[in-house]
Amino acid sequence: MADSVTVAELVENVRLDVYTGEAYLKDRRITTSDISRPGLELTGYFDYYPAKRVQLLGITETSFAKRMTSAELTDVMTKMSRPETPAFVVSTSLEPPKELVKAAEAAKIPILGTKVTSSRVLSNMTSYLEGQLAERQSIHGVLVDIYGLGVLITGDSGIGKSETALELIKRGHRLIADDRVEVYQQDEQTLVGEAPRILNHLLEIRGIGIIDVMNLFGAGAVRGQTDIDLIVHLENWSPDTPFDRLGNGTESSQFFDVRVPKVSIPVKTGRNLAIIIEVAAMNFRARSMGYDATKVFDDNLNSLIKENSKKDD
Amino acid sequence: MEKRDFHVTAETGIHARPATLLVQSASKFNSEVTLQYGDKSVNLKSIMGVMSLGVGQNTDITITAEGDDEKEAIEAIAQTMTKEGLSE
Repeated sequence: MADSVTVAELVENVRLDVYTGEAYLKDRRITTSDISRPGLELTGYFDYYPAKRVQLLGITETSFAKRMTSAELTDVMTKMSRPETPAFVVSTSLEPPKELVKAAEAAKIPILGTKVTSSRVLSNMTSYLEGQLAERQSIHGVLVDIYGLGVLITGDSGIGKSETALELIKRGHRLIADDRVEVYQQDEQTLVGEAPRILNHLLEIRGIGIIDVMNLFGAGAVRGQTDIDLIVHLENWSPDTPFDRLGNGTESSQFFDVRVPKVSIPVKTGRNLAIIIEVAAMNFRARSMGYDATKVFDDNLNSLIKENSKKDD
Repeated sequence: MEKRDFHVTAETGIHARPATLLVQSASKFNSEVTLQYGDKSVNLKSIMGVMSLGVGQNTDITITAEGDDEKEAIEAIAQTMTKEGLSE
């Protein structure tokens, strides 16, 4: 979990322009994903000024500023430029008031700009910052993108997760992370997983060692991050463990507030796990698109049973 | 060879869920277990086979077990039948 993000990272990832203060980008740190629109502050109300937030000025704020005297504006902008204020962002290609430029320069706060509107840049910044600042959890498993579906393969060490991932990559699917998957909650329904930076594109195969998937299979074989839609849990086959035979299981795992559907797959010699997982993903996809083979079969079976039933006499 | 007849009384017949349970209890034994329904007979360890019959209410089935644990197998299956309310 990152405690903070530098303004330089924000600029790079949200594609902002730097108006002034290029030199301070790397030292300025953002610790919250909330963004402030300083409206009331312009009128002099500073009782609840959220100084730690990125301050976003749009048409409303800049046009209001134009009606203020230079002395008033200098006073307000100086109050807004606190040591903990990470950056000012001016939207819609607007010119920042020169009083702000001066106050920000004095406090070594960068001023950033963007062509897009306030609401657009606000949502871009919030979603990037939320992703970076969210609480993270490390999961032992392999994350693969199968037909656009994020599938997290879990199971005991040595059960063959990485080998299965390798076969999936050979079949044209994409690796996100091997062995250690960092997950965070993007919103109430979405769980996102990615590799710790040092493990990016790497896969460890017993007997071979570490391989770089991007290097061996090309850029199409890897992906930076993905939503996690399905968990496939690999389990050693044993005659005593009942496995789902019909496919109406309602297993799931919870990470943070997100419940992710889960299927348990028995591992046994002769079972081609990659194909089974591929089919599990496709079937899950078909089901979320409205076609549930189990349900259709069940309905057909029930009508057959009804036909076959006899009146008790 | 062990053989037992059952009269299926459950209103929903042998639908998906009880079929799974029957297959589960049959699969625990080494014996070959067969379910006979009318003129059709299927392996009781095969879930698709059992479900494909669509055994209805008030019909008769015969379960046969053959092997070193045939007695125990029939006993266990009979228990599942009663427990699941499939037959009395």
